[in-house]
Amino acid sequence: MELMPKIPVAEWISSATDWVTDTFEFLFDFIKNDFGDFIEIFAEDWLMGIPIWLFIVIVGLLAFFVSGKRFGLMAFSVIGLWFIANQELWEELMNTFTLVIFASLISVIIGVPFGIWMAKSKVVEKVLTPILDFMQTMPAFVYLIPAVAFFSIGMVPGVFASVIFATPPTVRFTNLGIRQVSHELIEASDSFGTTGTQKLFKVQLPMAKKTIMAGINQTVMLALSMVVIASMIGAKGLGQTVITGLQRAEVGTGFVAGLGIVILAIIIDRFTQNLNTQRGD
Amino acid sequence: MPIIQVKDLSKIFGKNAKKATQYLDQGLSKEEILEKTGNTVGVNRASFDVEEGEIFVIMGLSGSGKSTLVRLINRLIEPTEGSVYIDGKDLATMDKKSLRDVRREKLSMVFQRFALFPHRTVLENAEFGLEVQGVDKSERSQKAKDSLEMVGLGGYINQFPGQLSGGMQQRVGLARALANDPEVLLMDEAFSALDPLIRKEMQDELLELQETMKKTILFITHDLDEALRIGDRIALMKDGRIVQIGTPEEILVNPANDYVEKFVEDVDRSKVLSAEHIMKRPETVDVEKHGPRTALERMRKEGLSTIYVTDAKRNLHGYVTADDVSEAAKKEVKDLKGILRTDIPKVEKDTSMQEIFDIIHDSPVPVAVVEDGKLQGIIVRGAVIAALAGSEVNLNGTNA
Repeated sequence: MELMPKIPVAEWISSATDWVTDTFEFLFDFIKNDFGDFIEIFAEDWLMGIPIWLFIVIVGLLAFFVSGKRFGLMAFSVIGLWFIANQELWEELMNTFTLVIFASLISVIIGVPFGIWMAKSKVVEKVLTPILDFMQTMPAFVYLIPAVAFFSIGMVPGVFASVIFATPPTVRFTNLGIRQVSHELIEASDSFGTTGTQKLFKVQLPMAKKTIMAGINQTVMLALSMVVIASMIGAKGLGQTVITGLQRAEVGTGFVAGLGIVILAIIIDRFTQNLNTQRGD
Repeated sequence: MPIIQVKDLSKIFGKNAKKATQYLDQGLSKEEILEKTGNTVGVNRASFDVEEGEIFVIMGLSGSGKSTLVRLINRLIEPTEGSVYIDGKDLATMDKKSLRDVRREKLSMVFQRFALFPHRTVLENAEFGLEVQGVDKSERSQKAKDSLEMVGLGGYINQFPGQLSGGMQQRVGLARALANDPEVLLMDEAFSALDPLIRKEMQDELLELQETMKKTILFITHDLDEALRIGDRIALMKDGRIVQIGTPEEILVNPANDYVEKFVEDVDRSKVLSAEHIMKRPETVDVEKHGPRTALERMRKEGLSTIYVTDAKRNLHGYVTADDVSEAAKKEVKDLKGILRTDIPKVEKDTSMQEIFDIIHDSPVPVAVVEDGKLQGIIVRGAVIAALAGSEVNLNGTNA
């Protein structure tokens, strides 16, 4: 052991992070302030501005139509949301919902183009696959550290850490979906003289839609699973209540907040699954 | 000028394909090249021309390279060597933009497993080629409807491909290809995935459409019966090489080598061969010059019981039987007119074997092959049986 001094990997990473923090301070400040403000407005002014009863009615109606005019999802959504409101966790729910929405949206906006790029090039696929593996296997807590370094505490670093953790499925499934389009259909498209863009938008993406949507569903679920972890760096929401329960050893409080997360998860999952239908099936 | 000209076109799959082409030049076989270089020969120096308005069939068993060959023609597969001229322009060296234009305007393809877009309606599928060209909505929808109407699917435009049967799906595939109004239709085993009855129906329809469309069609198939049915000319492929090109008759009657012969062995020849292939040179007597004695002598020499009677211009007058002739000879009659029989079983040169079979079955005399009243040849029962059995028949049919 003496032959080989300890390689200072930790130091390297730290100084690299410091360098990034200093160099891109203006960018991080901009995101932290302006984007942070926007998130706050979205959660506190818009979502919380809607009366609880109206919010529940709207979700109930959406559930009814999204699920093909059946009552199951509607009943569950209405009763679930009412229960959370009844437990006086409505504001926490709205904050959590905001975090999930922003993290998922950013993940999809980043993930789909990367997935397409990956599908178009074998080299890109070879390079990205281990990076995606790394992103998903690294304990999610680790992302909190640079997130705090870049954005201090609050919702923004929460979204940042969630995006890193939740993006890989969208990238993977987009790649998979496009690669799964049958060779003959690609030939048919080519034989009619499509350009690369025409082929992508008229054939590959529509055909891959189901798979991509399954990936997005996974992304949303992963973002939701980051809620509790992100609240350790000050992201508001149900996660914070869970952490409080943990710190004060209040089993009941933690359980109820956890139940709230489960209800939200089920509603979002069923919504995205029901939206995932393809023409011609 | 032929619309498609293929010159020394080769495709070798695998690394260092260019290097392996040297072995092709040395005339090495597919197996030898695979052993030496690890490369698979897809198409080996194929050359042929397709004339405008022709149905040119490329026929071969699986692995013979026929599907690769058709994909080289619209460059879905990049050729390793050689040229493909469409309207005189070499596709093999074209840049991407020009290649797209050729694909959009001149070549359309129909696929074995239909390759319809499942997320698009029948109409949207048929519109695809025009949509890609940027034709505006109302015009492309009208053209697509017209071409769906043409294949008999006018009533299904809003269905999805998954809701249609195989035969109907392939009609959509055909309509999609035709909506572009291409010069050349490439049909890759277009009917092979259909069951036999539907397949035959589609073949008939294609031929019927072709009567009015007069497109140039390059049709790929592994089914010789199909090739013989629809092809104006057929190219037979084996191991990436074209072993014979010819009309259906030429291929059946004069197989270029053992491989082709083996191939055509099982064909129902009665559907393809006609009178001219099995008729032989007739023994005749001249009604103006010859009397019963000459006739009798000629029949005795040839061992015939009847003989056809013509004039100097080969106009057919009738036939006489041995019995009648010897009777007349005894009576010292000078000419044949009195004993001439005119109930002649007649067929034309292109009468099919199947029909000849029925006629010859009821006839005591050989069947006469007649064109414009002139005797071209005769068919004896033995020749019909021999032809069905697949032995030698004469190709050009004249033999006279």
